[in-house]
Amino acid sequence: MNEQRSLVPSGHRDIRRDLLLIAEMVAPKSRLLDVGCGDGALLEYLAREKDVDGRGIEIRQSGVNACVARGLSVIQGDADSDLPDYPDAAFDYVVLSLTLQATRNPRKVLHEMLRIGRRAIVSFPNFAYWHVRLQLLFGGRMPMTAALDDPWYETQNIHLCTILDFDELCARDGIVVEQRIAVDGRGNRDGWRLQGSMANIFGAQAVYLLRRRGT
Amino acid sequence: MSAVRPSLHNLDPIGPGHRVTLGETLPLKLDCGLDLGPFRVAYCTYGTLNADKSNAILVCHALTGDQHAANPHPITGKPGWWGTMVGPGKVIDTDRFFVICANVLGGCMGSSGPAEIDPATGKPYGLRFPVITIRDMVNAQAMLLDHLGIRQLFCVIGGSMGGMQVLQWAASYPDRVFAAIPIACAAKHSAQNIAFHEVGRQAIYADPQWHKGDYFEHGTIPRAGLAVARMAAHITYLSEAALHRKFGRNLQNRERITYGFETEFQVESYLLHQGSTFVERFDANSYLYITRAMDYFDLAAQAGGNLANVFQGSKTRFCVVSFTSDWLFPTSENKEIVRALNAAAANVSFVEIETDKGHDAFLLDEPEMFRTLKGFLDGCAEVRGLNGAAP
Repeated sequence: MNEQRSLVPSGHRDIRRDLLLIAEMVAPKSRLLDVGCGDGALLEYLAREKDVDGRGIEIRQSGVNACVARGLSVIQGDADSDLPDYPDAAFDYVVLSLTLQATRNPRKVLHEMLRIGRRAIVSFPNFAYWHVRLQLLFGGRMPMTAALDDPWYETQNIHLCTILDFDELCARDGIVVEQRIAVDGRGNRDGWRLQGSMANIFGAQAVYLLRRRGT
Repeated sequence: MSAVRPSLHNLDPIGPGHRVTLGETLPLKLDCGLDLGPFRVAYCTYGTLNADKSNAILVCHALTGDQHAANPHPITGKPGWWGTMVGPGKVIDTDRFFVICANVLGGCMGSSGPAEIDPATGKPYGLRFPVITIRDMVNAQAMLLDHLGIRQLFCVIGGSMGGMQVLQWAASYPDRVFAAIPIACAAKHSAQNIAFHEVGRQAIYADPQWHKGDYFEHGTIPRAGLAVARMAAHITYLSEAALHRKFGRNLQNRERITYGFETEFQVESYLLHQGSTFVERFDANSYLYITRAMDYFDLAAQAGGNLANVFQGSKTRFCVVSFTSDWLFPTSENKEIVRALNAAAANVSFVEIETDKGHDAFLLDEPEMFRTLKGFLDGCAEVRGLNGAAP
């Protein structure tokens, strides 16, 4: 899992704006698992603002120790190997922010999230963002943006996708998209450019609220 | 004839602390099928119990530890074995918490064990003391808490065999444990660890002074056997890196090797010292009983082989701690506990501490461990409503 990087600085009590988008999808007093929780910013915010009973998984031991020292319930692990340990419907939400593209088997991870959580919240950088398209088209090199800021030989992003790709996978696998928020490079989410099919061009990243069909 | 420590024949508790007789009306039902009662538990306390008795922390000691966690040891005079962790302003802050540490059942520092006089014969029990288990130790501690009027512990914490007791507490008495911190332990004793213990026991059996456990009657103790057991075990508590850092191939009080069998290397001298000081404060039969109790420990076996079943429905908040260089209870075995807790949807944190000090790291100055455990305990205290005010 790669480290989550700040796309857009946020003025809201030290929490990144992309995490704030996730936080607004979460109902108060719910149970939540944050996979790839980093330093625990989202968990701490949700505990404080929404009285959420949160748990975290983080791959970096230093991140885990920092979280536990802040009083958060976090274990060392990763999305690919540790989700199968959890029982069905153990959480109201399972969150994976800007990490799906770095998993070995994103499709399996997605299904595991929807097995152990009633809802899954997933965010990822949109590889069809117009900056990315232009860099590849005119530069002829692997694109680098705020969300994709490592060179090709160092990136942990091995399964990049576009908003269209993700929509298609959800449709194919019986996953219902309850909500989708696309944001541009400045963190804006409003305006026609970020709605419907235009989001796949103007959205730098997207956040999805998902559930399994029939649940 | 070597002098026998008065502690082993004297039923008065040694040093500071308390001792209580339990199981007088209702005996302790041991795993081996026997009833034990009345029996004695020696314990030390630190700090003050608050009005609603909600700030108690039970510290569980390891194989060769005892109740003197945070006061000078009455025999060795050394600081308490967890003085780095327990005390005013420490991670287990005795200004906030009421800390209890009891000598385990089968121990030799005042709790009932093989060195105690058997009222039936007027002689020390020796091998006639019933074989005990980790669960028996925990059940005895639960009876102590009943005696103290403490219904729920704020936290149970311990490393190594102490960690096993923590897990057993969480399994046997989930409602009595608000938070549990098993450190450097496992849900079952591995074949390799049983093997090391057997080496130690065989060393004791092989000592002619052991007399099949009745050494007190012969006015002796199996010093050599117990010392070798301690030496072998002590190696497993360290790491190759730590031994190399401390001693390397340095020679002991000599410029060059002497082609003989005197103590050539510093590491030999160190181990000999560990062995010889240990026999002054520990009873050989207790060593047999307690190593046996660890060998028998297999928590999953208590729940049909599935460790997750042990923790099903548990409300306890867990923090599992392991050390990178611990090869006695490696991270992989600690993670098995974490995996089972996750499978039971329990509230669990897990930290692995980077250190080259091996298994013994839990007893040493490990700032990263202190920092994370303090954060964990503070978080738990907030949820429990122990908001930092002194009782």
